[in-house]
Amino acid sequence: MGALSNRNKSLAVVNIKKDIILNHELVPKHEILSEEEAKKLLEELNITKKQLPRIYASDPVAKILGAKPGDIIRITRKSPTAGESIYYRVVVKG
Amino acid sequence: MARVIKAIKFELLSPQAIKKLAVMKVTTPEVYDADAYPVKGGVMDPRLGVVDPGIRCRTCGGKFGDCPGHFGYIELAKPVLNVLYLKQIKILLTLTCPECGKLLLEKSKVRSDAERLKAEPPKQCPHCNAKIEKVKFEKPYTFFRGNKQLNPEEIRAHFEKISDEDAKALGLKGGRPEWLVLTLLLVPPITARPSITLETGERSEDDLTHKLVDIIRINQRLAENLEIGAPQFIIDDLWELLQYHVATYFNNELSGVPPARHRSGRPLKTLAQRLKTKEGRFRHNLTGKRVNFSARAVVSPDPLISINEVGVPLEVAMEITIPIKVTSHNIKEMRKLVKNGSDVYPGANYIIRPDGTRKRILPENKEEIAEELAEGYIVERHLQDGDVVLFNRQPSLHRMSVMAHKVRVMPYRTFRLHLAACPPYNADFDGDEMNLHVPQTAEARAEAEELMLVEKNIRSPRFGGPIIGATQDFISGAYILTKTGTKFSREEAAQVLAAAGIYMDLEKEEYTGKELFSMLLPDDLNIEFKAGFCQKCDKCKKDKCEHDAYVVVKNGELVCGAIDSKAISPFKGLLLDKIDMEYGHSVAREFLDRVTRMCIRALMIRGFTISISDIDLPQDIKKEIKKVVKETYKKVDGIIEKYRKGEITPYPGRTVEETREDLIMAELWEAVNKVQDIIKKNFTETDAMIMAKTGARGSLQNLTYMAGIVGQEMIRGGRAFRGFKGRTLAHFKKYDLGPKAHGYVESSFIEGLDPIEFFFEVMKGREGIMDSSLKTRVSGYLERRLVNALHDLRVDYDWTVRDAAGNIVQFVPGEDGIDPAKSSWGKLMGGA
Repeated sequence: MGALSNRNKSLAVVNIKKDIILNHELVPKHEILSEEEAKKLLEELNITKKQLPRIYASDPVAKILGAKPGDIIRITRKSPTAGESIYYRVVVKG
Repeated sequence: MARVIKAIKFELLSPQAIKKLAVMKVTTPEVYDADAYPVKGGVMDPRLGVVDPGIRCRTCGGKFGDCPGHFGYIELAKPVLNVLYLKQIKILLTLTCPECGKLLLEKSKVRSDAERLKAEPPKQCPHCNAKIEKVKFEKPYTFFRGNKQLNPEEIRAHFEKISDEDAKALGLKGGRPEWLVLTLLLVPPITARPSITLETGERSEDDLTHKLVDIIRINQRLAENLEIGAPQFIIDDLWELLQYHVATYFNNELSGVPPARHRSGRPLKTLAQRLKTKEGRFRHNLTGKRVNFSARAVVSPDPLISINEVGVPLEVAMEITIPIKVTSHNIKEMRKLVKNGSDVYPGANYIIRPDGTRKRILPENKEEIAEELAEGYIVERHLQDGDVVLFNRQPSLHRMSVMAHKVRVMPYRTFRLHLAACPPYNADFDGDEMNLHVPQTAEARAEAEELMLVEKNIRSPRFGGPIIGATQDFISGAYILTKTGTKFSREEAAQVLAAAGIYMDLEKEEYTGKELFSMLLPDDLNIEFKAGFCQKCDKCKKDKCEHDAYVVVKNGELVCGAIDSKAISPFKGLLLDKIDMEYGHSVAREFLDRVTRMCIRALMIRGFTISISDIDLPQDIKKEIKKVVKETYKKVDGIIEKYRKGEITPYPGRTVEETREDLIMAELWEAVNKVQDIIKKNFTETDAMIMAKTGARGSLQNLTYMAGIVGQEMIRGGRAFRGFKGRTLAHFKKYDLGPKAHGYVESSFIEGLDPIEFFFEVMKGREGIMDSSLKTRVSGYLERRLVNALHDLRVDYDWTVRDAAGNIVQFVPGEDGIDPAKSSWGKLMGGA
C-alpha cells in the first residue's frame, strides 16, 4: 500500500480500464489505419474523410488507442447476418 | 454536382431593407376611385404587381405570370411593437439597463430563452449604477416599468442603446433590437393577395388587403392628429388602435386580442393564419400536393382476375389517358381511336400537335382530327387492358403499399383487386378505398413494370418470405381439395381444372384432389415439409403420417400430405416460396392465380358452412370441463389460504402479492389449457375446425372461447383489481381474492356470460380498443420519423450506402450485402 505514486496510480487505472473496455464482449475490435491504408481506403471509395462515419476522439476506445482527429479507425464487428463485418470511422474532435 | 448551400441566415427586416425592397410608398386608404380604377398610392396600386392577364407590370414590364409582384411600404406615424417578438422584447427590456443599454446579468446565467425569461435582474445597474425598476408584461402587448406604461417609442429608444454583442447574448439571432419595434411596414405585392371578381361583377378583396386598408386609415388619422397637436389622450387612443391593427395583421389569433373580423363576422385570415396548421401553406400546399392522372375508388374483390391485375371501371378508363406518340407503326390504330372520340371506348380524349398545341377530341371534330393525324403527333388515348398503373392504399408504410398492376377494364364502379394481393396493402373490402396513378412516360411504365409489379413483390424485404398468397377460403379449399380421401367425378374434375385454366381430356372416371392439385405444380418440383396442423408427434412418421400433415412433392406430384396455410399463405407459404425461388416470379404468380381459382371451385363443389353445432360439445365433455374448473378453484383457494397465513415465499425481485398473483394466474391458465386439450381431442373435423387447423380463419383458442371456457380476462397485464376499495364490484366481499372476483370467466360464449363476467369482458374489450388506437398513433409517428431520417439513403454503384450528400452510412448494405427481398428468410437463395 502506498507504493504507487499518484501518476502511477492513474496509469494503473488507465490500464485496468483499457483491459476492461477492450476485452468487453460488446466492444468490437478497433484498430487505427496506417497512413497508406487510409489513403487507399479513401481512394477506393472515392471520398474525402468528411464523408466517413465519425467517432469522437473522446470515445473511450478511441482514447485508449490514442487516436487523434483525422485518424481512421477500422472496426471489425461480429454480425449475426454476415459473420464478420468491417466498418470505418474517422476520428473527430470532441 | 449540385451546388451546396453553405448557410441560410434569417434576420429581422430593417427599415432600410424595407425601403430597399419596396417600389413605392403606400399613402392612401382609398383602394379604387369612382371609375373603379386602382388609386395611385393605394394598396392596389398597379406598381405593386399584375394579377390580370394581358396587362403589363408598371414596375418591371413583366406580364401576368412573369412578374412576381413588388413590395410597397407604409410609414407608420408612430412606431408599434412587432407582436411576433413579444418574448424577445420582454427579455431585452428586463435584462438590459434602460440608461446605458448594457447587460444586467452575466452572460453565463442566461444561456437559453427559458433561463432569460426566468432571470431576475439586480435592482441597480452594475455598469452605470442606475436604479432598475421591474418590467411587467401585460397581455396582449403592453409593457410597464415600475408603474409607468412604456410606449413603443420609449422601448425603441432603449433598444437603440443595446450593443450588438449584448443583443446576441440575449438570443437575438440577427439584426438590431430596435427593429423589433416597427417604424415601417412592408406591404406585400398584389400577387400575394389577389382580389377576386364575383359573378355579379362585384370585387372582393383579400383579407390582407382589408387589413392593410385598416392600418393605413388609422395611420393617416394618427398622423393628422399629430399634425394639429391633438390632446395626448386622443393620440394614445389612436396609437393603441394602430398597434391593434398591426398586431392582428401579423396574427389574428393572439390570446387576449379580439380577432379582427370581416363584415360578415368571419375572423380575417392574416399572415400567421396563412402559414400555420394543417390547412396552412406549408402542410397543405408545399408538403402535400395533388396530382393529375389519378383515381380513387372503393375496392372490391375479384378472385378471377390475376394478382397482377386491377379491375378499372370503364368510367375511369375513359377519363384517364396515356400519351402515345404516333409512328408509322401505330398510326392506323391511333386514327381508329381518334375516330372513336372521347365517348366511345376505346377512344382518345386529346391530341397534341408537334408544335405543342393541344386539341380536345369532340364528336364534331373527330373525323377532321383523325384525318389530320400524322407521325409525330401525340394521342392521349383511354386506358386499355394491359396498361401498367400504380395502385396504392394508405397508410403507405411499406414499399409494397404501392405496386404496379396491369389494367383490366371492367363494368361497374369499383376497383377490383385479387384477394391474394390484399395482405401487402392490408386491404379488406368493408369500404376500403384505394388510389390509382397512371405513369405517363415509357420510362416510368418500364420502371414500374420491372420493379413494382405485384408478382415481383411476392417476397417481402421484411422477412424474405412471401407476403402475397392465398388466405381464408383459399386455404380451406386447398385443404379440402388435397386431403386424403377427397375424390372428384370426371365431371367435377373437369370443372375444377377448368377453373384453374386447364382444359384437357380426362381419361379416368375418378380423380383424387391431390392429382388435380399436382397439375398446377411444375413437373420437376421437389419439396418436403410439415403442414401447419402437424401434431408434433414424438416420432414423426414422415410420409406415413396419419394426420395428412407431412407434405411431400415428388417430381411435381403431390404424393402425400394436405395443403394448408403453411404451403401457400402469405408470411408462411413454403411451397409458394419454393416456386418463386426456383421457377421465378411469373411462374409463382401463375401458380397463385390458378391455385386460388382451383381451391374456391373445389370448395364450392363440396360446400362449406359453419354452425353452432360445429362447436357444441356433448354433455359429458361439458361436465369434464366444469370438473377441471372446480379443481382449479380448489387449488387457487389453497394458494390464497397460504397467502393469508403468510406462507408464500416471494419470487426473486417480486413482492409477496405479485408472487401470489403469478401463482394464481398460472393455475387459472393451466385450466384453460387443459380445457383446450379436451376440446382438441373431442372435436370432429367440422368446417369450423378445418378453418382453425389449416390457418384459414380463427384459431383453436377462438374455438375454446366459444365451446369451452373464456378464462381469465387480462386487464393491464394482470387480474382486475380496480374499482371499489378492496373489491372490483359491489357483488363481492371486500378483499375476496377468488378467481370470479377478479375477472375469471368460467362460461363459454355458447353458454353465455353472467353479468359479472360480462362486465370484465367489456373491461378487457375497452382496454383493447384504447391500446390499439394508441399503438397505431405512436407507431405511426415512430415510422414517420424513421422514414424522414432515412429517406434519401441509397445503395451506390460501389455497394456503399450513402446519403444525398455522399456521406457513407454503411460500407456493405446491411453488413452482408444481401437484398432481403431476394433472399429466403434472410439467407441467400439456394442455401449457398
